[in-house]
Amino acid sequence: MSVIAFAKNWNGKFKNSSYELVSYTKNLASQLNTKFIIVSIGEVKEEELKSLGKYGAERIISVNNSQMNTLTSRVYAQVISELAEKEGASTIIMSDNESGKAIAPRISVKMKAGMVAAVLELPITINPFVVKKGAFSGKAFEYVQIDSPVKVITIAKNCFGLKENQVDVSIEEYAPQLDASLFKIQVLEEEKQTNRMDLADADIVVSAGRGMRSPDNWGIVEELAAVLGAATACSRPVSDEGWRGHEEHVGQTGKVIAPNLYFAAGISGAIQHVAGISRSKCIVAINTDPEAPIFGVANYGIIGDVMDVLPKLTKAISNSK
Amino acid sequence: MKILVCISNVPDTTTKVKFKEENTLFDDSGVQWIINPWDELALTRALELKEDAGNSVDEVSVIHVGGAQTDVTLRKALAIGADKAIRIDACPADAYSVAGQIAAYLKENPFDIVFSGIESSDYNGSSVGAMIAEFMDYSGVSSVTSVAFEGDELILYRAIPGGKQKIKAKIPLVAVVQKGIATEPRIPAMRGIMMARKKPLEVKPAIEMQILTKSVKFEMPEAKGACKMLDAEHVEQLLELLKNEAKVL
Repeated sequence: MSVIAFAKNWNGKFKNSSYELVSYTKNLASQLNTKFIIVSIGEVKEEELKSLGKYGAERIISVNNSQMNTLTSRVYAQVISELAEKEGASTIIMSDNESGKAIAPRISVKMKAGMVAAVLELPITINPFVVKKGAFSGKAFEYVQIDSPVKVITIAKNCFGLKENQVDVSIEEYAPQLDASLFKIQVLEEEKQTNRMDLADADIVVSAGRGMRSPDNWGIVEELAAVLGAATACSRPVSDEGWRGHEEHVGQTGKVIAPNLYFAAGISGAIQHVAGISRSKCIVAINTDPEAPIFGVANYGIIGDVMDVLPKLTKAISNSK
Repeated sequence: MKILVCISNVPDTTTKVKFKEENTLFDDSGVQWIINPWDELALTRALELKEDAGNSVDEVSVIHVGGAQTDVTLRKALAIGADKAIRIDACPADAYSVAGQIAAYLKENPFDIVFSGIESSDYNGSSVGAMIAEFMDYSGVSSVTSVAFEGDELILYRAIPGGKQKIKAKIPLVAVVQKGIATEPRIPAMRGIMMARKKPLEVKPAIEMQILTKSVKFEMPEAKGACKMLDAEHVEQLLELLKNEAKVL
């Protein structure tokens, strides 16, 4: 009754979320008093696979196949389910990201395994198997019991953190037999904004709202983000107006994020916006309106005009470096 | 070509969430119900695809798993422009059973493209679309921000960390869509509301479906401590606190 976790790579590299997944899985396996296996799919170099050993991955199964570098959910789900059956895994784990969202539900159906997405902690109890997750887009938490023999969970980013635990790694190669008919989608091209930090990965996020008054004023948001090494984000009205792209929209219907530090500049803090940021470790609010609801959820607040405060912050940070 | 849009019935996004029966049930008293925001965008895009004469889309239907009280939401989808609504008469217990019910309907009544929102804003399961794809043995594309036809094939954009991928896919297909798929959700016009009354709303009996997960209880987040107010003229004070008190810099 082992545990199997799928560690996603991006162009052959793992991210902190992959290491967090290994940390979580190791701790879950010891809670269940069983062994665990990490599965990697697509071309990843041995050295990179070994980096998972820093967080306790003793046994890795690598499907080192260039045909599978790009996510095809059908293929990935097939490979992971096959391995789970072969290894007699009772719990299957992956990160709650674009790939986990696509693969985990398929595995759930293949294995008739109950699934819970974006789990926030280790299971509260093992028997019955109960996990905690967010509900109502961050407005509440829900405890969900999985009753099937095999269980599938995805874990929310920053839910567990990195726990170092260096071990020796053994890597096994696995070559699945795949039917060509499974590859029905074809990636034609990929566009990447390499100079920009991805919102989902950022430890610090500088987010701005209608208080900026015009899209032309965004330079000061970007400057503050640059000195902090932060990603930029925005509120819904800003993305609806087309001032910023919808990929920057943070909130209930946009992205739900959990950075260490979140700056809400000129954002009033509507309930839908707060739902998207409530898992942030620390929130700083800057707003001219002392009654703005954002101050109700912020740790630190400054009453003032963002046009005035943001450049001051940027300058103070540059000076302190 | 036929497009089926999966619709979830959720509390309005401004709802202040409350629970009852010792926090085991969502308290729906006074709650306004809406079409799940991503599903509404999916429906909007499906209708745009149908209206473009260059495409051969001749039907856009919506499907939903729920009780009779959710018919109001389905009528709204009809008023927005869907040709037909199907309600499978079952309590939506978990994602697995909901996807199984929709797949059972699809097996009897094939569609070429199925749209599903990336998650529902209530229980945030984010899995029904991909589960339908697996039940049907269809291809699926997740995190879709744009979809258009190229002949009989589809060109979709999928969001990936820091960018997007352009994907070509054959039908049948499940597209799990997120923000960006349509610019703004359509609002029903008076004519649409009148017409919706005459459009078919089919109620189908549920099939036997196993339920694999159950909700045990809910909890509200802990109240945050008071916000520390700082002087706009002395921002270095804030930096000091972020470094030494919050330890996030």
